[in-house]
Amino acid sequence: MSQSQMQTQVPDAPRVFADSETPMIELRQVSRRFSKKLDIAAKLARRLGASVKEEIVHAVDHVDLRVRKGEVVGLVGESGCGKSTLGRIVAGILPQSEGEVFWNGQNVAAMQGEAAKIGKLRRQMIFQDPYASLNPRMRVADIVGEAPLVHGLATRANFDAYVDEQMRRAGLDPAFKRRYPHQFSGGQRQRIGIARALAVAPEFIVCDEAVAALDVSIQAQILNLFMQLRKDLDLTYLFISHDLGVVEHLSDRVVIMYLGRVVEEAPTERVFAAANHPYTQSLLASVPRIGNRKRAFATVKGEIPSPLNPPPGCHFHPRCPHAFDRCRVEVPKLREIAPGQRSACHLNDAA
Amino acid sequence: MADTTNTSAPTLVAAQAAAPTLEVRNLQTHFFTRAGVVKAVNDVSFTIGRGKVLGLVGESGSGKTVTGFSIMKLIDPPGRIVGGSILFQGRDLATLSEEEMRTLRGNRIAMIFQDPMMTLNPVLRIDTQMIETVQAHEKVSDADARARARDALGMVGIPSPDERLKSYPHQFSGGMRQRVAIAIALLHRPDLIVADEPTTALDVTIQGQILAEVQKLCATTGTAMLWITHDLSVVAGLADDIAVMYAGRVVEYGDVGEVLDAPLHPYTHGLIGSVPSRNKRGVPLRQIPGMTPSLLNLPEGCSFRARCPRAAEDCIVMPTLHPWLPNRLARCHHPHLEEVESA
Repeated sequence: MSQSQMQTQVPDAPRVFADSETPMIELRQVSRRFSKKLDIAAKLARRLGASVKEEIVHAVDHVDLRVRKGEVVGLVGESGCGKSTLGRIVAGILPQSEGEVFWNGQNVAAMQGEAAKIGKLRRQMIFQDPYASLNPRMRVADIVGEAPLVHGLATRANFDAYVDEQMRRAGLDPAFKRRYPHQFSGGQRQRIGIARALAVAPEFIVCDEAVAALDVSIQAQILNLFMQLRKDLDLTYLFISHDLGVVEHLSDRVVIMYLGRVVEEAPTERVFAAANHPYTQSLLASVPRIGNRKRAFATVKGEIPSPLNPPPGCHFHPRCPHAFDRCRVEVPKLREIAPGQRSACHLNDAA
Repeated sequence: MADTTNTSAPTLVAAQAAAPTLEVRNLQTHFFTRAGVVKAVNDVSFTIGRGKVLGLVGESGSGKTVTGFSIMKLIDPPGRIVGGSILFQGRDLATLSEEEMRTLRGNRIAMIFQDPMMTLNPVLRIDTQMIETVQAHEKVSDADARARARDALGMVGIPSPDERLKSYPHQFSGGMRQRVAIAIALLHRPDLIVADEPTTALDVTIQGQILAEVQKLCATTGTAMLWITHDLSVVAGLADDIAVMYAGRVVEYGDVGEVLDAPLHPYTHGLIGSVPSRNKRGVPLRQIPGMTPSLLNLPEGCSFRARCPRAAEDCIVMPTLHPWLPNRLARCHHPHLEEVESA
């Protein structure tokens, strides 16, 4: 396998992006709600005057997000913060409940026919679980080659050559293409997922916890592959992860979510050097680091509230050490506090 | 293979000072499958003193979990402990009958699993389960058992423990369930806790809370802890000593700070090097080439030989866990000694 080649290459310095550039993908005030429909008993109870309401989860709540061409944006948050839902909306596999999605400046909802299809094809997703995201009954060649064949990127005649190339690019030996997913290790399966996503020549990749299930040494191999592919194919990534170490290593910009809302976004160095939002600060303090020795672990008090019944005002106020009255009633707006850094915290107004 | 010639367990000076709570010597646990004998644990030795935390680190399939289960004697057929001894306060657990083992398990030795639902019964209230556990080993009244259960919940930081006792496991969040599982492990103030990746499934802020509680508990109660994990950064902050496993063997063993600052074994070296935060941003991560070998078909000599940048001809002979430095052991013919000297 071509793993050793990757180590020698030196990458470019972190890229800088102008704000004026048309973003490759832009979300404006996007929300996604999931509701649990009432069953017969509950409907009946409501008829009889009981106060039964549909349960609604605001998985994503009025989120703005811009990703420019060539950029790697890290999307960070804990379980239930809506980062995966947001990733699916960006990848175009889950419709939003509200708001607009723009692809290269065009509203996705207004795109039709061939343009809409190509717009979707250019956005691909790599999933967390390399066991659940591959059809166990399909051979690797078909997993990788099915979509390009359907979309006319490969023909029956050059199918084999096409699949071979996709597999080689993802660091897999094409000799294995007749095998089934269960015959591969976790790291190799993730490479199959990568080969499948890249086979339709995408420009934008959403990686949803793509290395979370892998061992450290394998994780390093896959992360290096991502960076190599970014350079070779000029890819743009939305990299969703709960692992701040991974995000710090490969993102240009970091977006932090808490209970469906973006609480802070800033260039990577800025987040790790001067985080503004109290949630970002406590998140950074909780991350165990290999350089830390036998010390008291920093703790954030309390638990992540249920997204079914989020606290009013700022979602973080019950756990926030600096919360004051205003935080309990008014939702803070995401405002620019330094060049490129935006934070949603009332403390910035007081200062 | 004649790699089990040394009979005494390697003991770090720090652990020797007090009588060790647990001393594992040349433990071997094999699985006799149709495809062949899987040597999941093949010569593992370490010592844990009172109130100390040993971090047992390794990747999937390195045998770290099987080591933990062997200590609890929870290995099911086709697996079997085939060699070595597990000295718990001087008694060899490997020779105990199931009956004798049951009086120790959950009493003097407790285990915390990765998934708290392995500990908790989903159809019983927390109080039922905790009172049952207390009374399984001691003759106490229901009221006393309940009081102990409540205290244990309080100890792991569960707010309003009296009300929470009446809840079912599904009414707790993942982090709270793991706290309950830890509270159950603490009911009899065990001398040893085997914790198998207990915070892996939790969010970082919740993990931070649990690690803080665990740290406090070990320091105050004198419980010895075997903390099994794949996460080096958790071990860095929590453990006193670290043992790194690869393909069923301990390859490096020593003080956690010294090992992480200047690892001797090339595998430990590679593992630490591939942690993203240890690398410069934007530069490719240092990676260990290749994959973990199959335990069914291990290469002759050092198991890491095929992936090792320092491998030489003599690596065809399995190295022993050698004390290269005071308090530092490594199973390698060519350890990274030069870096220790420069550090």
